[in-house]
Amino acid sequence: MISSDISTVLPEIVLAVFAMGALMFAVYTGKDKTAPMILWLTAMVLAGIGIWVAISGNGSRVAFGGAFVDDAFSRYAKVIILLSASAILLMSQDYMTKRGLMLFEFPILVALAVVGMMMMVSAGDLMALYMGLELQSLSLYVVAALRRDSVKSTEAGLKYFVLGALSSGLLLYGASLTYGFAGTTLFSGIITTVEAGHVPLGMLFGLVFIAAGLAFKVSAAPFHMWTPDVYEGSPTPVTAFFATAPKIAAMGLFARVLYDAFGNAVADWSQILAFLSVASMFLGAVAAIGQRNIKRLMAYSSIAHMGFALMGLASGTVFGVQAMLVYMAIYVTMNIGTFAFILSMEKDGQPVTDIDSLNMYSKHDPLRAVAMMVLLFSLAGVPPLVGFFGKYYVLLAAVQAGMSWLAIAGVVASVIGAFYYLRIVYFMYFGEEGDMLDKAKSPILWGFLMASAAIMVVGVVNLFGIEGFAAAAAETLVR
Amino acid sequence: METIILFAPLVGAIIGGFGWRIIGEKGAMILTTGLLFLAAFLSWIVFLGFDGETQQIHIMRWIESGTLSTDWAIRLDRLTATMLIVVTTVSSLVHLYSFGYMDNDPQWKEGESYKPRFFAYLSFFTFAMLMLVTADNLVQMFFGWEGVGVASYLLIGFYYRKPSANAAAIKAFVVNRVGDFGFALGIFGLFFLVDSIRLEDVFAAGPMLADTTLHFLWTDWNAANLLCFLLFVGAMGKSAQLFLHTWLPDAMEGPTPVSALIHAATMVTAGVFLVCRMSPIMEYAPAATTFIVIIGASTAFFAATVGLVQNDIKRVIAYSTCSQLGYMFVAAGVGVYSAAMFHLLTHAFFKASLFLCAGSVIHAMHHEQDMRNYGGLRKKIPYTYWAMMIGTLAITGVGIPLTTIGFAGFLSKDAIIESAFGAHSAAGNYAFWMLVIAAGMTSFYSWRLMFMTFFGEARGDKHTHDHAHESPMTMLIPLGVLSIGAVFAGMVWYGSFFGDHDQVNEFYGAPTHEVAMAEGGHGEDATDTSHGEATTETADHGTAATTESHDETATADTGHGDDALADAGHAMATAPVGAVFTHPDNHVMDNAHHAPNWVKVSPFIAMVLGLGLAYLFYIVNPSLPRRLAESQRPAYLFLLNKWYFDEAYDFLFVRSAKALGRFLWKRGDGNIIDGTLNGVAMGIIPFFTRLAGRAQSGYLFHYAFAMVIGIVILVTWMTISGGAE
Repeated sequence: MISSDISTVLPEIVLAVFAMGALMFAVYTGKDKTAPMILWLTAMVLAGIGIWVAISGNGSRVAFGGAFVDDAFSRYAKVIILLSASAILLMSQDYMTKRGLMLFEFPILVALAVVGMMMMVSAGDLMALYMGLELQSLSLYVVAALRRDSVKSTEAGLKYFVLGALSSGLLLYGASLTYGFAGTTLFSGIITTVEAGHVPLGMLFGLVFIAAGLAFKVSAAPFHMWTPDVYEGSPTPVTAFFATAPKIAAMGLFARVLYDAFGNAVADWSQILAFLSVASMFLGAVAAIGQRNIKRLMAYSSIAHMGFALMGLASGTVFGVQAMLVYMAIYVTMNIGTFAFILSMEKDGQPVTDIDSLNMYSKHDPLRAVAMMVLLFSLAGVPPLVGFFGKYYVLLAAVQAGMSWLAIAGVVASVIGAFYYLRIVYFMYFGEEGDMLDKAKSPILWGFLMASAAIMVVGVVNLFGIEGFAAAAAETLVR
Repeated sequence: METIILFAPLVGAIIGGFGWRIIGEKGAMILTTGLLFLAAFLSWIVFLGFDGETQQIHIMRWIESGTLSTDWAIRLDRLTATMLIVVTTVSSLVHLYSFGYMDNDPQWKEGESYKPRFFAYLSFFTFAMLMLVTADNLVQMFFGWEGVGVASYLLIGFYYRKPSANAAAIKAFVVNRVGDFGFALGIFGLFFLVDSIRLEDVFAAGPMLADTTLHFLWTDWNAANLLCFLLFVGAMGKSAQLFLHTWLPDAMEGPTPVSALIHAATMVTAGVFLVCRMSPIMEYAPAATTFIVIIGASTAFFAATVGLVQNDIKRVIAYSTCSQLGYMFVAAGVGVYSAAMFHLLTHAFFKASLFLCAGSVIHAMHHEQDMRNYGGLRKKIPYTYWAMMIGTLAITGVGIPLTTIGFAGFLSKDAIIESAFGAHSAAGNYAFWMLVIAAGMTSFYSWRLMFMTFFGEARGDKHTHDHAHESPMTMLIPLGVLSIGAVFAGMVWYGSFFGDHDQVNEFYGAPTHEVAMAEGGHGEDATDTSHGEATTETADHGTAATTESHDETATADTGHGDDALADAGHAMATAPVGAVFTHPDNHVMDNAHHAPNWVKVSPFIAMVLGLGLAYLFYIVNPSLPRRLAESQRPAYLFLLNKWYFDEAYDFLFVRSAKALGRFLWKRGDGNIIDGTLNGVAMGIIPFFTRLAGRAQSGYLFHYAFAMVIGIVILVTWMTISGGAE
């Protein structure tokens, strides 16, 4: 049996072995001099595994007695995680080198975090869940504080660590409550306890605490407080990484726990999720208005976007999960493009994050301004662009599930949120003349920015068929 | 050929309007005018060669939506053919006239190009009018209806630098909207009940509508009456009938050729045309037609009284138009559609002629329009004088009583007055007296216009009088042509429009249904001629058919007649044959023919009285009008201010609408909507933004506290809602 278990978790094992091997290699050879090479190699390996996962797997398999699940849902999430992590690594090289942050640990930590994320979305057991979560989190704590000589960066890492520990505590408390009532840590066992339709109160508490722990990871309000500070304090590539892969992983894990373990208590947890969703959407929209720092702004933006994704989950239907998956894929694509732009914002060789510095950017570099404008419009959910369809699907899911009020709240929040995206567009096109940013040079960033913007426009045709994959994934999760 | 007639003006409008920079100003004018003359020429061929059989000329598939399926087609029958010659003839002459009239218009600056635009508008108007009269379904007609409205709006406001012209254009458009609302409702109602807007289907449904009850505005109505009433509301707007007439006098702000074409000869008669066109259902709507008669008669009277005291030459003619339209409606209302069309035709000639003459006078007097500043122009502009004299003779109805010899207006107007009498109804009698009185007043104000303009001493600016000059040939030729029409149109077509029954039916391609009526009371009518008014009462009782005079001939083709009766009488699957339909029980025209002589002479007497009075007032003793006006000041002011209609409307509708609009603007839009949006966007949301910013203090314990609060909320909530389960 062990051989089939191994073959099921082979991608994770390969990645983990690669990460450890690279660590050994770097330590015993040129240390940071090898960093660019390791970074490229890691990116290639991540992308390679992503493609491997995408084309190899089919059907659903479980390993280690049900603790690890490999199905269409986990593969969908893993592919996005791997590819986005790979993209972020490629984008970060230029920035890291310029700031003297090109440490060989960075790609390796990212690779280890990705292993954790892959565990998360495949978790079939509370312990596997916790293991994956902590592997991811510990890596991220370190990455957040990567710039050790910067107060902000270390502060960010520390805040993230302390609050993450708190959330882990909440999660563990919920897990132990659940275990106490179910008598098992396996999701498949937990779900049978709730089969009766009536959820024991203790179990419900367990659910609430687990949900709170996971809400922290997806940075849903009111468990979002770490997000702006960490986004601002961390080096920008790290911020970009935070905004993409871990969000997918946490969202995937959230969905997996809710459906695999608590699939018979939809009515109960959909209230929790609806609450988190509304709170996140409004907080994200309202608080971002006051931000002049584009990284903080993106932090609130991601909080609002998580609110929309949670709306899909809250609807508690197959279509809702599908909408959430589509939304996340679109969200990640938009964020990669946006961060590619932010990474290239420099003045006199120093990174700037103030949105005022974008004044009249359209005169400075019209093509990039157009691409950024497309991305911002897409983030705001303006119709012809792909971002609109993400919002449309989750709103539709909410309406179909009879939660029209939630959909209306979402629309109102998105209207409020449109303000700060469009304000950047305003600065770029109608702002006052001021000091210009440096001419962006990196072709990699340019490529990612343009590709992302192009996808936002061209994807309207059929969303590159992602709906089909998302539907299949949702189908396997919600039975 | 019909297609060419229809599209020639459109082609002219498009090329003249958009392409004049390429073909030149002169080129655009010649092109539009040439195409119009072509259309007029073809129209006459169609009219004279027309055999009375209704034809449909398909142009294209137009609307296909659910059960609404409509072609764009030309419906060619006698009504259409008549309107075709009216529209294209007057329009082509007005185009020609405009060459002279619009030359060196003082409204425009030196070197400004306005003529191609004017000609393009005229041509566009003609196209829309032709669309209206050739319509084969109601939506097509509505298209033309609105098209002429737009053209009218553009042309009234042609001098767009004049605020009064813009105001008049808007007024015309808005007042017409009121009527169009009724028209549109009528179309909707017909589609609702008949499930088709094709005229054929609508006509066939006449008897069905008469038996249908329609619930509308919390009341049950007879469908035919209600729908006919609504259609007539549309006609009232377009034809400036009482209550919706206020726009027509103001429309005189437009250039005079426009007044002649649109506001005298063609567009304003569209309402009359509509009523005649809808005769197959009008015949089944007695209440609605009674209403038409009363409105028509009242308008004729009202407008004539106002016309008595106006001083602006164009306004006098405008009120005269309004009044004459009332005549036409009376004829249509009592069921003698043919007489209505007859008057429409003759009126087009003499009224267009009068307007163009007025234009010529205005042109000669350097755009002076007040008649008090005219006088003694007879010698200065002799051609205009004679053309206007003919027009005046025609409109006042000069002719030899009891014969069919006379100017155009004599025959057609008398036909209407006799028809009103022949209706033998209360409304008909009311209309008869109103129209006779109005005929007297028509004569008075028309002669007043003549005397004030062409006779007596020259009043007003001496310099202007000295320089008064005859108009160029381009303006005089149209006057001549129209004068010929004003003289002869009545005599030539009297038989066709208002002759004996068969002649009229044949003219319209309608089957005669006298046959079956032969054994009814019909023959009685024939005896009336000899017995005079004494027997009119008994005519309806119809003891037995005694003698039959001209109707005898109808019996000859019994077989055909019977079939036709079957069609016209019961049959309701198919539409009645012919351009106009008269119900088998409708004998008004025959009654009119057999009206007593005093009835037939009465309009002539009224005319002579009017003439005599005008002569007395303005030639013999010119100080008399002033003294009369002073002694009867309230009555004079009442008339001068047009019965205070504008003031009443201003008070009732305009000011209240403005007040409501201002309220909604200032309070509703400004305070509530803008206030809410601004309040939310600039007050509430920034407040929360600041709040969120303050919560994000940077202190770790605040963050942890927020998380704990979150979990407390969730746990509490789940406990409450889960516990309730």
